[in-house]
Amino acid sequence: MRRVWRRGVLRDRRTESPTARTLVIAVDEWPGHLAGQHLDLRLTAEDGYQAARSYSLAAPADGDHVEVTVQRTAGGEISPFLTDDLAVGDAFEVRGPLGGWFVWRPQDAGPVLLVAGGSGVVPLMAMIRARAGVSRAPFRLVYSVRTPDDRLYPAELRRRVAEDGGLDVAWIHTRTAPEGDPRAPGRLRSADLIAHGWPPDFEPTCYVCGPTGFVEAAAALLVALGHHPSRIRTERFGASP
Amino acid sequence: MDASSRPGALDGNALAGPLSEVFVAEVTTAVARCRGCGRATVVAELVVFGPDPGLVARCPGCSDVLLRVVRTPERMWLDLGGMASLEVAMS
Repeated sequence: MRRVWRRGVLRDRRTESPTARTLVIAVDEWPGHLAGQHLDLRLTAEDGYQAARSYSLAAPADGDHVEVTVQRTAGGEISPFLTDDLAVGDAFEVRGPLGGWFVWRPQDAGPVLLVAGGSGVVPLMAMIRARAGVSRAPFRLVYSVRTPDDRLYPAELRRRVAEDGGLDVAWIHTRTAPEGDPRAPGRLRSADLIAHGWPPDFEPTCYVCGPTGFVEAAAALLVALGHHPSRIRTERFGASP
Repeated sequence: MDASSRPGALDGNALAGPLSEVFVAEVTTAVARCRGCGRATVVAELVVFGPDPGLVARCPGCSDVLLRVVRTPERMWLDLGGMASLEVAMS
């Protein structure tokens, strides 16, 4: 789909976790987007050097304002600049919306299973936010994080579980679980998807997003449980930071 | 080589931006048929390495290279030689 680079200006930055920030960006003539789509963000240095990265859109568009949540990668070229140095009012370039496969549309009425690893929750959060108030599609989110501090959007997710209706969220902790969590810390297991996902005969559409290793493992677990590969959509963002 | 088990691999969703510069239609939802093994795969599900120095997309079935994209400030090289066909939805 033909897309051009547009001017983006940082309007606000919110802290989501010790290492993640949400950037609110005003984009000239943003055409709107679907939940699950991403954008490319391009920075140009004074000497003309350019670097571009892809980020999932975290929420429905608010006019020409869009949101992405950026996880700071230690030693990264771009992410520490975006999370720490870019100032409100600074301008850069944005191209999007991008992608047509890893998307959820409010008219899709069937059950949905969202499986997130780390900041892979971002496009899935966009789906949860897009659903609120316009869809009754039953949603379940199984969200794997290293420690409780790594959870993105924890307060909003708890609020939405209470208010949105038809949304359930289960946190899976791989290294440190909160006090009182009956589940021992460890990687996502089949039992987690059985307990917190949908049975395969409900024929949910499954969206899996995270680091490549997580996505491969989670998709394989879903297939082994009987979910048909044609109903599993995946998005990988490479090696785990 | 089992390309799908490479931890640094991306997937075809990452092709959306670069290919948007040359294609009018959405390419990541198109179906690519591998010239090597004949497998048909949605472009978004291809195994992709990159983005620098270029993007390389491989067949998840046999790991053959289906697509390569290299971009300089002035030019793009697009190699689709590993594909027997690319089936694009027209809307």
